[in-house]
Amino acid sequence: MIIRVSKPSDIPSSEITPEDVYVNRRSFLKQAAAGAAGLALAPTALEALERGSAARGPQQVDYTRLKSELGEPVNSYKDITTYNNFYEFGTSKSDPSENSGDFHPRPWTVAVEGHVKNPGSYHLEDFLAPYKVEDRVYRMRCVEAWSMVVPWRGFPLADLIEKAEPTGDAKFVELTTIMRPSEMPGQHTRVLEWPYIEGLRLDEATNPLTLLVTGVYGKDLPNQNGAPLRLITPWKYGFKGIKSIVKIRFVEDMPHNTWWVTNPREYGFYANVNPHVDHPRWSQARERRLGELRRRETLMFNGYEDEVASMYAGMDLRKWF
Amino acid sequence: MTTKRIVLTLKVLLWLGALAPTAWMGGGALFGWLGANPIEKLEHVSGMTALIALLATLLVTPVRRLTGWNPVIQLRRPMGLFAFYYVFVHFAVWMGLDLSLELSWITEDIAKRPYITVGFTAFLLLIPLALTSTRRSIRRLGKRWVKLHRLVYVAPALGVIHYYWLVKADVRIPLLMGAIYAALMLARVPAWVKGRPRRATAARRSRAKLVEGREPRDTVAVAAVD
Repeated sequence: MIIRVSKPSDIPSSEITPEDVYVNRRSFLKQAAAGAAGLALAPTALEALERGSAARGPQQVDYTRLKSELGEPVNSYKDITTYNNFYEFGTSKSDPSENSGDFHPRPWTVAVEGHVKNPGSYHLEDFLAPYKVEDRVYRMRCVEAWSMVVPWRGFPLADLIEKAEPTGDAKFVELTTIMRPSEMPGQHTRVLEWPYIEGLRLDEATNPLTLLVTGVYGKDLPNQNGAPLRLITPWKYGFKGIKSIVKIRFVEDMPHNTWWVTNPREYGFYANVNPHVDHPRWSQARERRLGELRRRETLMFNGYEDEVASMYAGMDLRKWF
Repeated sequence: MTTKRIVLTLKVLLWLGALAPTAWMGGGALFGWLGANPIEKLEHVSGMTALIALLATLLVTPVRRLTGWNPVIQLRRPMGLFAFYYVFVHFAVWMGLDLSLELSWITEDIAKRPYITVGFTAFLLLIPLALTSTRRSIRRLGKRWVKLHRLVYVAPALGVIHYYWLVKADVRIPLLMGAIYAALMLARVPAWVKGRPRRATAARRSRAKLVEGREPRDTVAVAAVD
């Protein structure tokens, strides 16, 4: 199991360190410093320790102690699994955890289709088999101006795209949620147009940050979080993270994502987190991190500017919100 | 049971019902059942209670007309005051907890977000009503009191708009609230149409009664407002 922090460019640090070492790292550093080698030795020493722990075999990860690359602690499993927007199960935050008990994420079929050399329809197990999942701690920023920090488990969408081999006509990826009103009471209402659809530009889809997620906190995704397969694009507002995916289609034209269809004035296709472009009805300059009292400043691209800003060079982000 | 006893019983029930949301919010804050976003939960519960209480206040007069049982009117003032109390709690949670008393954030929100502008306006409109709900004010302001307290028809409308503009897609409950408000206003139309030519005299008469100070205040207010 690889445990990686959200910035692929970063060297993993505390996230992959066993808890006992991590907790005692200060005393370890002090010892290293006292040993006349000084702090310069510390990184090497830590690496040696990490190698040592890897040699000990599979490690028990204490997910509650994980932190993002900015040092933010992850939110509790309870918060992550009881405060959800998943309108297929109802529109209040507690509805998904309360109403998704009858949902069956298995057996499950995923279709890869459209402008690809290798289309196909797969049982979930076969679909997932070729990919190596890893844990990643990402910030999740909702368009409603709240946020949390989540240890997801998944694999880069880029890995799938590599295998699917899109043709030159594929400019976008369109993802679709399952349509199953018998198990998703919200689909009986006309609050949104079902099934839920989201999309990414191909370069966004292949960005190393973009994840197809199968788990959270080291466990399989609970139904309310989008079991068995969902998307995570941490630099975009949460609604881009389509849940319970059954179809991944490579298309030429920009997909009509559900929230854009519902209200194009308020929700765009790109939906990049941007503190300088307000939602028409509320400010996006600040957010409430769940568990914190005072609102904090929202970061450009949710703090992933280094990884994603180049994709939008020269674009007017006010127009393409 | 005597009328007095019935009214007393109703008042006790009203107090219990009206304070239940406060007890729930307080308990939740103490024992942690407000969920992952407790501030938002407090805003939702206080706001919803405020709107329901405002609509309930508007229900009193139609019930009185429909049943012909006048003492019910004595519930109207406590209901209105409870409504204002929850509007105030809603406002205080938003300003104090949600926006941490940051003046620049507060003014920006009021100025730039229509749903907050509307909600804030409703709060402002209700302040003079709460302040003039004493017997003394009714007596002193007379006819002007009646005019002033017509604002109680405006505030819930603003509350419904505030709620409608706030939700992202699921407008069913705001629409239901709007429908209830519309029904409560429609229920008043016949009485207004009938009472129109006599309004001036009615007001004069009620004022005279007020001056005499013999008529129970609530009955007087009803005769005048509706």
